[in-house]
Amino acid sequence: MSYIKRIRIRGGRVIDPSQGLDEILDICLADKRVVALGEAPDFQADEVIDATGLVVCPGLVDLRVHLREPGQEHKGTIASETAAAAAGGITTVCVPPDTVPIIDTPAVAELIKVRANQSDKAWVLTLGALTKGLAGEQISEMAALQTAGCVGVSNGLRQINNTLILRRAMEYAATFGLTVFLHPQDPWLSASGCAHEGVISERLGLPGIPVAAETVAVTRALVLAEQDGIRIHFTMLSAARSVEMLAEAQARGLPVTADVAIHQLHLTELDIADFNAQCHVLPPLRSQYDRDILRVACASGVVSAICSDHQPHEPDAKLAPFCETEPGISGLETLLPLGLRLVHNGILDLSTLISRLSWQPSSILGQPYGTLQIGARADVCLFDLERRWTLDAARLISRGHNTPFHGWELKGRVIHTLMEGRRVFDLEDIHQPC
Amino acid sequence: MNLQESPTWLSSANLQVDSQGRLRHFLSIEGLNQRLVTEILDTAESFAVLPEQSVKKVPLLRGKTIANLFFEASTRTRTTFELAAKRLSADVLTINVPTSSATKGESLLDTLRNLQAMHIDMFVVRHAQSGAAHFIASHVSPHVSVVNGGDGRHAHPTQALLDMFTIRRHKPDFSVLTVAIVGDVMHSRVARSQIHVLNLLGVREIRVIAPRTLLPNHLEDMGVRIFTNPLQGLKDVDVVMMLRLQRERMESAMLPSGLEFFQIYGLTPEKLALAKPDALVMHPGPINRGVEMSSEVADGAQSVILQQVTHGIAVRMAVMSLCLGSHAVERGRLGGEISPLRRRI
Repeated sequence: MSYIKRIRIRGGRVIDPSQGLDEILDICLADKRVVALGEAPDFQADEVIDATGLVVCPGLVDLRVHLREPGQEHKGTIASETAAAAAGGITTVCVPPDTVPIIDTPAVAELIKVRANQSDKAWVLTLGALTKGLAGEQISEMAALQTAGCVGVSNGLRQINNTLILRRAMEYAATFGLTVFLHPQDPWLSASGCAHEGVISERLGLPGIPVAAETVAVTRALVLAEQDGIRIHFTMLSAARSVEMLAEAQARGLPVTADVAIHQLHLTELDIADFNAQCHVLPPLRSQYDRDILRVACASGVVSAICSDHQPHEPDAKLAPFCETEPGISGLETLLPLGLRLVHNGILDLSTLISRLSWQPSSILGQPYGTLQIGARADVCLFDLERRWTLDAARLISRGHNTPFHGWELKGRVIHTLMEGRRVFDLEDIHQPC
Repeated sequence: MNLQESPTWLSSANLQVDSQGRLRHFLSIEGLNQRLVTEILDTAESFAVLPEQSVKKVPLLRGKTIANLFFEASTRTRTTFELAAKRLSADVLTINVPTSSATKGESLLDTLRNLQAMHIDMFVVRHAQSGAAHFIASHVSPHVSVVNGGDGRHAHPTQALLDMFTIRRHKPDFSVLTVAIVGDVMHSRVARSQIHVLNLLGVREIRVIAPRTLLPNHLEDMGVRIFTNPLQGLKDVDVVMMLRLQRERMESAMLPSGLEFFQIYGLTPEKLALAKPDALVMHPGPINRGVEMSSEVADGAQSVILQQVTHGIAVRMAVMSLCLGSHAVERGRLGGEISPLRRRI
């Protein structure tokens, strides 16, 4: 066990929505924990990090990250992708169960835990499979998965066609207090589609996925959740109509939450107009109206978390005609900068953004991450709100360099990331100051 | 919203036209302007007289190699592209990929790179995926041209141009024409290209006639008027363009049967009588007789279906020679600033 330094982060603007904090303060870290906020004259630091001019916030929590290990190590590994997370200021990642093999047995969940401990760059939380093999037929051994560390259950992108099985799976998950993560997409309405059904897909002749593919699935899940009093979380909502239905359900007191992927807050169907495969994502990029409503929902809190939906790919995965390419964006390192773009453009205020990226996703998981309260894990992100830089896909730390944001001028950059009081990322490591 | 000019955000405009406004690739009607389309049609006109002469060939593309890369079965399109290349004196090879590399797991890009290593000057590509021709065009080396021979549901621009060529020979003033497109618009690359080019040439009205299951929801945004009732839609039109109905559509939830489609939408002499007396009947082929139209109409006096096939050769010669001609001029290969082709016109 290596010696853990006592660190004082001095003079930064500390923003921690979990305790309504936004002021210039020192933070003291010791024994892997936050031990003091403010002056703390008695604290003897081994190291002082000068945070003057920087924002200091809880390490970010990302609800949807594909690490690709086990099974697709040519796209990414737990080591490579948690290093990318650290570079993005993210200290906690939640992985869906669609690894190869699938996380439907404790062994796979434990394997991921072991690998995550070895690389030790971010906390890796797993979602267990809702049904065995994600086949949508038999419910999985959720109690065993929970014991192995799974913090929730999900059927990944695979849909449970049989409504009765969905109902039983949700009830069984609720038995153990496991949050059900649903990716709502009707399998028949979305079959063979690869783009939002609308003006652009019809013009390009790309098979469409209508908004109804999402709203039909949202409706079905909401009806079941309401009837049986089950808490559900919708991941990756893409349509304005879904958000309206969610708001209505929340207003009636249903325990439903949702996240959106950061790219859905920036890109629209127009971005695929030249068959740009880097913009091939699932659910598809929708209309500008949908994007604007998703932004409003993030600001109002109807959507309480923003995720990266990180999906690293090898270059070949994107080198084919649009529909034949694999969907997804390597998004860990752009999650915060793209979020800050919303702040700079006046769409979200800074503490709301940080809340959507830390405390609230952590609450959805029911886990004690994403906070700087005294006694909390010393997971901290320090970023420069004003620093301008240009994203170069080739310089992403993730093994996947697939991003439609290559060449974007971004404002705001992660400078240091600490996990349990250890530095897991320092910007200067990769960019020598000139 | 009637889109006479292609929107600027379509990068195909940059991809297929060079800095001097000449054709580099021929991928879709979108991104072209009326001047270019007219130039192609005029060039095709000069080639259309060739078959009547004793020597059917011109030496425009002598020494050039053209590869027809067909990832999807085709007879008419492949044959006419092949003939077009031969009449331009190019060396041509036709590769049916479903029966070769693709089944061995070779990627599209690898197939392409291998052929490029054989110094091919032009690829004519047909592929089942929308955007395949754009994809290939954005990955070939700068001196290689790509011609779209049909990609998924997206575009079949040479078909649309040969349709326009055929209409123009009978009805030269597009501004007075009402054109009906009948059938499976949803899955038709032909219809998409036809709609774009008819808008570009400024026809008075484009009507689309189909049941709701075969109509995309936002089709009106492409500048067409929708009719689900053919008896209303066909009234007083100048041109009836029938679309091919794939057999699998008749066996899915799209349509109950081929028979019912024919009864409601199939072109019969009675329905054709609703159109103008001199209305043209067109079809991209191959025809399903008794589904899209009756034999009396297909073989009738108003049908120009076989002329479409003949004109396909001239139009494809024009597209090929203009694409390769612009390269030759750009690189000064043919010596002098005017290519032989441009001198002809």
